[in-house]
Amino acid sequence: MRERRLTARPGGLDSGQLLLICAAGMLTVAGIAHTAAVGLSDARVAIGFGALIAAGELARLTMPGNREVAPISTAASLGYALLLDVGGRPANHSALQVVAVMAVGMIAGGLPHLAVGRPPRLDAMARRLLAGSLLAFAYRPLSGPLGELARDTDRHGNWWPALGVMAVLVTVMLVADVVIAAMLRADQVRTAFGVAVRDEIRMGAPLGAAVAASGILLALASHSMDMTALPAFAAPLLVTQVAFRKYAGIRATYLQTVRALSRVTEVGGYVEPGHSRRVSQLSVAIGRELGMAEPQLLELEYAALMHDIGQLSLRDPIPGGATVLADPAQARRIAELGAEVIRKTGVLHGVAEIVRRQCETLGESPPIASRIIKAANAYDDLVGGSTDRDRAAAALERLRLDGGSAYDPGVVEAMARVVDRLVLVTRL
Amino acid sequence: MRELPWPARVYFVALVGTAGLVITRGLLSHHGLVAEDWSALLVLALLFLLCESVPTLLNVPHVAMSVSFSAALAAVVLVGPVGAALVGLAAVVSVRPGLPMVKRLFNGAQYALCGYAAGWAYESAGGRATLPEPSDFPAILVPYAAATVVFVAVNFALTAVILRLASAVHRDQVSFRATVQFLSSYVGFATFGLLIAALWSTVQSISAVLVLLPLFVARWALGHYHAEQRAYDATIAALCQAVETKDYYTRGHCTRVSAASSMIAEEIGMGTERLRAIRYAGMLHDVGKLGVPTKVLQKDGRLTEEEYAAIQLHPMRGLEIVRGIDFLDEAFAGIMHHHERHDGKGYPMGLAGSEIPEFARIIAVADAFDSMTSDRSYRKAKSIEFAVAELRKNAGTQFDPDMVCAFVKALDRHGWDMAQPVPVPLDDAAVETTVKDHDDPTTPIQVVSER
Repeated sequence: MRERRLTARPGGLDSGQLLLICAAGMLTVAGIAHTAAVGLSDARVAIGFGALIAAGELARLTMPGNREVAPISTAASLGYALLLDVGGRPANHSALQVVAVMAVGMIAGGLPHLAVGRPPRLDAMARRLLAGSLLAFAYRPLSGPLGELARDTDRHGNWWPALGVMAVLVTVMLVADVVIAAMLRADQVRTAFGVAVRDEIRMGAPLGAAVAASGILLALASHSMDMTALPAFAAPLLVTQVAFRKYAGIRATYLQTVRALSRVTEVGGYVEPGHSRRVSQLSVAIGRELGMAEPQLLELEYAALMHDIGQLSLRDPIPGGATVLADPAQARRIAELGAEVIRKTGVLHGVAEIVRRQCETLGESPPIASRIIKAANAYDDLVGGSTDRDRAAAALERLRLDGGSAYDPGVVEAMARVVDRLVLVTRL
Repeated sequence: MRELPWPARVYFVALVGTAGLVITRGLLSHHGLVAEDWSALLVLALLFLLCESVPTLLNVPHVAMSVSFSAALAAVVLVGPVGAALVGLAAVVSVRPGLPMVKRLFNGAQYALCGYAAGWAYESAGGRATLPEPSDFPAILVPYAAATVVFVAVNFALTAVILRLASAVHRDQVSFRATVQFLSSYVGFATFGLLIAALWSTVQSISAVLVLLPLFVARWALGHYHAEQRAYDATIAALCQAVETKDYYTRGHCTRVSAASSMIAEEIGMGTERLRAIRYAGMLHDVGKLGVPTKVLQKDGRLTEEEYAAIQLHPMRGLEIVRGIDFLDEAFAGIMHHHERHDGKGYPMGLAGSEIPEFARIIAVADAFDSMTSDRSYRKAKSIEFAVAELRKNAGTQFDPDMVCAFVKALDRHGWDMAQPVPVPLDDAAVETTVKDHDDPTTPIQVVSER
């Protein structure tokens, strides 16, 4: 996915991400140094789990919203952190050894990607490492007593305390992970923390539950099945991984396709080159500023990309383009025609409604997304691709002067903040 | 029941009878089931039902895949043949709505027999029906694999027979590829049964939750995937049609080219991933046409070289638009080269023969065929026979003969939904028409040579 000028900072990492990566780096060094000093306890098990983590990293995937996940790697990390025994032999590895195995596995699994020119998202990797380490540090000290309890009394021991502790700690870890992810995201795309938490939960909960269950499963199965557990456990999670990869793939293709096809209006000479793209980027940035959640942002983006599609039904391009300066009746007709096209998909009803009402004045109380598109469209008509500060200010002034009949003042103010940031970024 | 032919009815009765006999005999035999077995069986049967009611984890056409058999296999290991048969019998009370009693009985009896056979295979191959110990691994894998193979084979055979007898499915409706996919997913699901059985000694029924949670999440994701896929297909079709509204007569062209292209691709045996790609390539092949000025398309008579060049540019324009989409590279090549000719006189690059990408050769045939069999402003639609004759005539010069051949075969097999006759517009000024179709091989675009 491409870097988005208005929403993410161009390249580079921000302070939160840097902090996270540094913490993960230091932890890695400590883990590896400690393990090297005291020696690897139960090397066979460590290598088995390390290999599984590496395989999981190799099969990492990108979920909608540019979120990198590696479910198999994470589940294997959880399994290794939660391990009580392998085929009846107690597992005595320390938390720092868990960190070392995770780090080595992750690096090994990331190398092939690096070799073909796909550098890992360091922040995502750091988050995975930290989450696993957190669990290891909380659980490893308890593993001795829990394991004794479980293997107690002529081999039909009591596994319930161990299971309960595992479930609680894994849940705590998942919550911590969501909070970290939301903090990073809020910082990165400039959205409110509360909104980011809800977005992360919506995106992460199903996969998180699957990974957590698999991690616990792996720890328990290692008792019953010895090392056979490792390949056997991979089966349920492999199915999950395949399903999510397909889902993420179609989501990405969908967005790319709408983005690409929104350009037909430009190729046909109906609008200025880059108009749809700029309007959609500005709209999404305004939507974020106003605290919209991701599903609404996606609808907004689709609607903004396709807001001019109705012009394709016109006989010829309107002379001078269908800008803010054109005839309002004409603009309404274009909006209606566009909504008609989108309704034909049979699925994007919300998007069609936003497009249909994009020309309405405030008196008709259009949805917030339509108001955003109306304002962003007008701004782009006035400013175009220019990043000139005075021109931007003049355009904003003109939208403000409207006095709250055509343009929502709240939207215009949010836009002013977004534009201000944009101008600053491009100036720097 | 009544609508079934008599052999199917006989088969049905025999099957149910055998299942009843096997279970009754097993229950009455000297080593019956103990209380512990019954509690395990109850959980496994519930699990079986739960999986049975959400059967579409993997969808192969005509065969709904179910993970339920992992519960039956777990029962094979934990309780033995009779236990597995009882778990399979639970299919009778499946909560799937609208399932007639006959089918319920058939499913129950069928799964019971599968379970019993699998249990027998497990014990014959040296497995012991009891709680597995850590020391049983990995030796247990051999009898377990035997149980899986027998379960799948019996299940497959019993189902195939009833389908054949009830003549619900014809042989060519279940493709080889689908069968292989189906069987391999069975083997994958078998692992879950082993996991459940192996964990039974530690956390009993919770093991089922731990194994199945990822699967249900996977199902959830797959459901969303299918929904998104459908939405995507509808969206791409609607957007392409929006592009086509420029010309009153070419409506629906993109969807029909897409359909014809995938018919050819299927005929020459393309894999799923490439089939998908060519479907989209066919759909999008003409999006660049919007860049051709309307006045060129509407001009009567010969075009100047410059005007013709504008038409020749459209594949490149199309490519430029769709390049940002994550398709297979072949799809891009197909869009870019769909006007190349077999003899090398096409555009934009004048490639010839096998230099032309396969996708482009396919789309070229589909494109010309639909153009000929649709109404145009300057002529009525030609018949399929005429269009096929025309394709054959131009095979080797304009078209790849192999693709023409494949298309003719596919047409014979599947038929073709012709474009609907376009009503002649009442008021000519109200609609957009063009007097040229760059896709139509019967009326090539005339170009004035300026030299």
